Amino acid sequence: MNFASPTPKDTKGKRVGLFVTCLVDLFRPTVGFAAVKLLEDAGFELEVPRDQTCCGQPAYNSGDKDDAKALAKQVIKAFEGYDYIVAPSGSCTGMIRKHYPSLLADEPEWADRAVAVAGKTYELVSFLVDIAGIEKVSSHFTGTVTYHDSCSGLRELGIKDQPRKLLASVPGVDLKEMKDSDVCCGFGGTFSVKYPDISNAIVSKKTKTITDAGAGTLLAGDMGCLMNMAGKLKRDGSAIQVRHIAEVLADMADGPAIGEKSGR
Amino acid sequence: MEITSPDFKKNASEALADTTLQRALKNVELGFIGKRQDAVDALPEFEALRDLGRDIKTHCLKHLDVYLDEYEKKVTASGGHVHWAETAQDACEIVRDICRSVGARTMTKGKSMISEEMQLNAFLEKDGMEVTETDLGEYIIQLRGEHPSHIIAPAVHVTKEQVEADFRRAHTQLDPNRNLDDPVSLLGEARAVLREKYFAADVGITGANFLVAESGSSVIVTNEGNGDLTQTLSRVHIVLASIEKVIPTLNDLDVFLRLLARSATGQEQSVYTTISTGPRRAEDPDGPEQYHVVLLDNGRSEMLGTDFEEMLRCIRCGACINHCPVYHAVGGHSYGWVYPGPMGSVLTPSLIGVDKAGHLPNASTLCGRCESVCPMRIPLPKMLRHWREREYERHLNPTPQRWGLKGWAYFARRPRLYHQTMRFGMRLMKYLAPQTALMRRLPAAGGWTKHREFPAPEGKTFQQLWAERQASNGQTKGDAA
Repeated sequence: MNFASPTPKDTKGKRVGLFVTCLVDLFRPTVGFAAVKLLEDAGFELEVPRDQTCCGQPAYNSGDKDDAKALAKQVIKAFEGYDYIVAPSGSCTGMIRKHYPSLLADEPEWADRAVAVAGKTYELVSFLVDIAGIEKVSSHFTGTVTYHDSCSGLRELGIKDQPRKLLASVPGVDLKEMKDSDVCCGFGGTFSVKYPDISNAIVSKKTKTITDAGAGTLLAGDMGCLMNMAGKLKRDGSAIQVRHIAEVLADMADGPAIGEKSGR
Repeated sequence: MEITSPDFKKNASEALADTTLQRALKNVELGFIGKRQDAVDALPEFEALRDLGRDIKTHCLKHLDVYLDEYEKKVTASGGHVHWAETAQDACEIVRDICRSVGARTMTKGKSMISEEMQLNAFLEKDGMEVTETDLGEYIIQLRGEHPSHIIAPAVHVTKEQVEADFRRAHTQLDPNRNLDDPVSLLGEARAVLREKYFAADVGITGANFLVAESGSSVIVTNEGNGDLTQTLSRVHIVLASIEKVIPTLNDLDVFLRLLARSATGQEQSVYTTISTGPRRAEDPDGPEQYHVVLLDNGRSEMLGTDFEEMLRCIRCGACINHCPVYHAVGGHSYGWVYPGPMGSVLTPSLIGVDKAGHLPNASTLCGRCESVCPMRIPLPKMLRHWREREYERHLNPTPQRWGLKGWAYFARRPRLYHQTMRFGMRLMKYLAPQTALMRRLPAAGGWTKHREFPAPEGKTFQQLWAERQASNGQTKGDAA
């Protein structure tokens, strides 16, 4: 697949609306603050609109178009005034970039607005590399990591090299690639609870390749996949720590990992 | 064939617990994916060929009537006969009538998924016909009384040891002490047994990978040569094909052949590519006396002009199946009808009704790997979602799911209420998540915690912490009230 890599633009002082995503908002605010730090360090003026909840993907993927449309409009209204919309998730970004335009194509007063918002919405790590032109981040980390390519980010948005590029810029990070890093972890949103046995079979293969990679920390760019893999590793008694990649890039990987006891 | 798609969950659980099946399924991942990638990497124009293939098929579907008409004229001109079948039943009756008209008692059969859709073997056997599958995989599952579990590797769910046992059970005319330890000896035995069948057959049936309109030809690709023997050694050759198999020209065929073998098995070309046009002519050294083509619709023309039209571009390479993590886990029989994997989950509801096949479009993580390898660039995840929309509109999905979704959407559509509720919700969740025994009893959470821990939230929500940070900074950025 061809994903044209945009040339970095002059981004100083541009206004970014942070789409926090529901899972980061509810389960892992640390990732939200990591995104804030990375974007502010890159020179953006950052805001977090209050009128955001969810991108609507659970409804959209369950066939509930009415609720999906209502939530898409909610996002569009809250974010269309920004120069860029950035989310720490390939999956939610894919929903906005790839699916809002077709979802609202037959509603005249929304179709163009959906296309406009889609065109300026980016996943965090690829935004930093492709749009902001960031070559390195100021962070440090000591240890081996392995990176899982989440499906939507990889196949809808072409995110593959950007996270590896920024990880390579962090002193102390030793990336050990897992086999089949591009294979689904078995999460699939509601799939994970509707078909738990199949989801388990898929995530079991994934945690085996993670373990075989021999890294101390598992990273990815999507909270859904991370919670799925962390939950399985934890159930199996694994000591591998699971984190969102933004935590490592923003030098905020010193707190408890996903699924570990938190003091916050 | 009994439709068990509504029992998908039960089928899948049994498949997951079947250790022999799980061992056999490893061959799908190991046998296809790497070989396809190598073949694709070795052909620089592969992506351009995919575009071309997609465009040719799209064009054909827009003008399907024109090309089918031309195809029929050319078949007739070459001395063959075209029979139109609206339903699977019609097609079965057409084949039976041809067999009766020539007094046929025995039949050899090349691989044809259409014939599975028609349940042709059972229909003809009831009429007293002896039918022998000649594709090795199909032959094995015929001996086992099973159906294909994969569209190009029908017996991929069977282990070598099982095949040995089946051959010993079926081939009682052979020495019971013969050695069948290695695959080559199994292959040799099947070849010897099948050879007799080819010579004895009155009628040979093949499927068709493509029908060429400009020449009235049918095209099959095989790796065993069984199709050639089936269609040239019998008196009558019957081709079974569904209507969307037609392509305009032999030049177009070149595009599809280059895509098909690479996508399917990672071969540059299948071992045999056979183009058949009409019956034996006076100057031909061999060939059938009669050449019939049965064109099956069976619901396909209903797909034209709908959200599912693009599915008709499918050339049955099996790449989507080979790359599907759900298929890898549960195998083909779990899907409960003829076509498994992503292509089946889109096609089956079209052909048997979404009310019967409702699980299939849902049994996908929508990971998109299928679309990324489809040589015809069929947007399979998009179409799975379209089926989910149809189900939702018709209230076919379970009530607890609908209520769960509606309840969540009620809050998500009201940001102020949502944020207030979630503050408390997450505090509660932080306490609950580590209580695994309790979590297992909660609705929905039970599906998660059956196999996984539920990662506890950090406590406060991001929105809550962000508001606190803004307040302490004395800022009023955004709408962070």
